[in-house]
Amino acid sequence: MSRPVLRNLVALVIGMLFGAGLLLSGMTQPAKVLGFLDWLGAWDPSLLFVMGGAVVVYAIAYRLILRRKQPLLADAFVLPSRSAIDAKLIGGAALFGIGWGLGGYCPGPSIVSLASGALDAIVLVAATAAGMWIASRFERVA
Amino acid sequence: MEVGALWAPLAGGALIGSSAALLLWLNGRVVGISGMLGGMLAPVRGDVSWRALALLGLVLAGVIGMLVAPEQIGRSPRSLPVLALAGLFVGIGTRLSNGCTSGHGVCGVSRLSPRSLVATATFIATGVLTVLALRVLGAGS
Repeated sequence: MSRPVLRNLVALVIGMLFGAGLLLSGMTQPAKVLGFLDWLGAWDPSLLFVMGGAVVVYAIAYRLILRRKQPLLADAFVLPSRSAIDAKLIGGAALFGIGWGLGGYCPGPSIVSLASGALDAIVLVAATAAGMWIASRFERVA
Repeated sequence: MEVGALWAPLAGGALIGSSAALLLWLNGRVVGISGMLGGMLAPVRGDVSWRALALLGLVLAGVIGMLVAPEQIGRSPRSLPVLALAGLFVGIGTRLSNGCTSGHGVCGVSRLSPRSLVATATFIATGVLTVLALRVLGAGS
């Protein structure tokens, strides 16, 4: 198999593994996510453990992996290059948090939840796509 | 909450971190679900197929989840109009800040990227405030 084909296969399998992680961790239960954000109610700390588990594993792996000159199946690592902490970053993150608190879904879990066929996830993902489209129009004008 | 109830969030988190690490090790890419979705709307040459397949993988995980543990996919306590509004905010916000809980919250925080640390603190703060506001307004979950 050629490297581009292998990379695509890897992406599919990683999507499945990542989705399995979201399912196992409870991120696909909006009520649980809202419980984590409900600091004045019956706070559910379990999402801290999700994030903690993910960050510890990735932080260690990241450092080991970047000792390599290149990834196994590609010529170079493609890492985020932006560094500006500006109104766009903070305003965008603030809006995302409002949406997260309104619905209890962030993008990954909402896409996994599409499989249930429930309107909740379908409406949310469609609106997310619409929001991205609106923002990209706005960015072009700005 | 029982201590025993925490193994699943921890193991799930470790699986999330491991799959993100695998993508970096094999393909040299950082996981960002909002970026993958955004990449479907504004295609970047050479980045369409892998992003589409990763998204398909997420849905396939959901399909398998529905077969083996359907209770893991819950419904939102919010009404559909609220969910539509929520999605709009998620879409606009992740696009403007170039990331969501995966790209900023997991990958960026792991790298101690100042940008991602600021973004993550911000979206958790406004998420908490939103849930609080809904609670005060009597529309809480």
